[in-house]
Amino acid sequence: MKKILLFLLALMIWQPALHAELTIEITEGVEGALPIAVVPFSWQGNGSPPEDIAAVINADLQRSGRFKTLPRADMLARPTSVEAIEFKDWRALDIENLVIGQVQSNGAGGYQIQFQLLDVFRGEQLVGYSIPTTTPNLRSTAHRIADLIYEKLLGMPGAFATRVAYITSTKPVNGEMRVDLNIADADGFNSETIVSSSEPLMSPAWSPDGLKLAYVSFEGGRSAVYVQGVYTGKRQKVTSFKGINGAPAWSPDGRKLAMTLSKDGNPDIFVFDLNTRKLQAITRHYAIDTEPAWSPDGRSIVFTSDRGGKPQIYRVSAFGGKAQRITFQNSYNARASFSPDGKVLALVTREEGKYRIAVQDLESGVMQVLSQGSLDESPSFAPNGSMIIYASKAGYRGVLAAVSVDGRVRQRLALQEGDVREPVWSPFKK
Amino acid sequence: MKKMSIVWVPILLSLLLFVGCSSTPTSEGGADVSEQSTGADGSDANGGGASTSAASQGSEWQGDPLENPNGLLATRVIYFDFDMSTVRYDYMDVIQAHADYLAANPQVVVRLEGHADEKGTREYNLGLGENRANAVRSLMLAQGVSDNQLVVVSYGEERPAAFEHNDESLALNRRVELIY
Repeated sequence: MKKILLFLLALMIWQPALHAELTIEITEGVEGALPIAVVPFSWQGNGSPPEDIAAVINADLQRSGRFKTLPRADMLARPTSVEAIEFKDWRALDIENLVIGQVQSNGAGGYQIQFQLLDVFRGEQLVGYSIPTTTPNLRSTAHRIADLIYEKLLGMPGAFATRVAYITSTKPVNGEMRVDLNIADADGFNSETIVSSSEPLMSPAWSPDGLKLAYVSFEGGRSAVYVQGVYTGKRQKVTSFKGINGAPAWSPDGRKLAMTLSKDGNPDIFVFDLNTRKLQAITRHYAIDTEPAWSPDGRSIVFTSDRGGKPQIYRVSAFGGKAQRITFQNSYNARASFSPDGKVLALVTREEGKYRIAVQDLESGVMQVLSQGSLDESPSFAPNGSMIIYASKAGYRGVLAAVSVDGRVRQRLALQEGDVREPVWSPFKK
Repeated sequence: MKKMSIVWVPILLSLLLFVGCSSTPTSEGGADVSEQSTGADGSDANGGGASTSAASQGSEWQGDPLENPNGLLATRVIYFDFDMSTVRYDYMDVIQAHADYLAANPQVVVRLEGHADEKGTREYNLGLGENRANAVRSLMLAQGVSDNQLVVVSYGEERPAAFEHNDESLALNRRVELIY
């Protein structure tokens, strides 16, 4: 009871930004990354600008590994309008694309941000927008601009204006552990704790609209699945059957949760309808069936099962029926999830005793191992399918890492202290 | 895994009877693990808790047998082999002692908390931890313990007892804790 009260108290102490900040380091980039220069934006307003918009855009592009950004110190000029650009100077630096812009303050916390992306060799504008924003949204507006640039130059949407949910924990002090469910911008900024508990929290999952998180909490000494509004803080207990209530996964339409329940004696996959609150059994097997994930078309569910002796990935209709094994390489394959286009699975595989992140092409069945750690887990696709974020270990600490789906770009996201795990990338903002 | 544990129960029970009859002293393997050995730093993985080994049934102990530091009931943690959820042979007398105590005290409820090491995925390990707790539960039920005296909870790898990333720590985390 005391623990429950403490938990409720912890929930009430809503912790805003600047807790457990993540820092991101690119450990490997792509050869032939696009050279681009993001010139500092001009500022029209009182005092100094509240946020360096160009720096945020620059960091996003650089972090993606697809761009080689020009350091400010190497810029010969800092134009903020097209008329002021000497294109030949940028050509001389082998810069192919240039970003310029202006930030105008209305003096009341509102801003107008104009930016232009220019093709240096043709000397013409590729894209340009004027976007209104406010002080708390300055960074997210900068991420949206980075998304627009990324899409224009690479032909696929950027995923900079997205968020990541993750779990952090500290070692128990006098037997009391502290576990937090956090969210942060995809660049690690603006982290917030949305649930704090002295009992384990696990398996966060974003709703398709990005407004809710489902997760597992052991408050009260047993597992239960909760759904919580990310921005409202309101939450609802979804299931708390006897035994395991775990691995919640949203259907693509956001109406149902696939999950693992062991109420009938051992872990099986169920689908829970959030409106009717009806439960449908998808698997019934004496083995461990767990870690369900929906295909993007909503028609099938993949899950982990050790029905063949060791954990492997199986696929079943979202309405139940006969499950088909779909992984055959390596003796341990678990926690699969679909790429946004539904063509590839990300999963955890065991290779020479090491647990690593791999992708498997669903049509060819070919598996490619992407990560290099020994205890890598919890892969989650970026909503544009470009990167996979996952949990890894650096020394004794849990860290987050990301790798591009072709294995050519690598990032490490480090927390200043404590353990970080179970990252899940949010969907695109709607 | 589950299938295996079902198959093994009768075999393990017959072994259990055999151990009971021959009154073999507790083997070394099972004796070196007690609740105290799970130091947070994992340093005393195999050393610290050796005191349970040679203890007899403690004829001089006057109080509640659960409180007897030298009795079999003092062992409250059952350790498991990697990726296994079958109870090791050397724990049979410990489980028998707990089952006897529970059968004789039907008002007592015990929580069987199943745990896994950090290898493998978290939700799969939740299943593995539950299988381990259920393996202990099945043995106890077969010894006459009533179903409502046993509460199974799996924590998977979420509540490690040891925090190093070495074999000793991993072994200390693959466990079922008996919480009275």
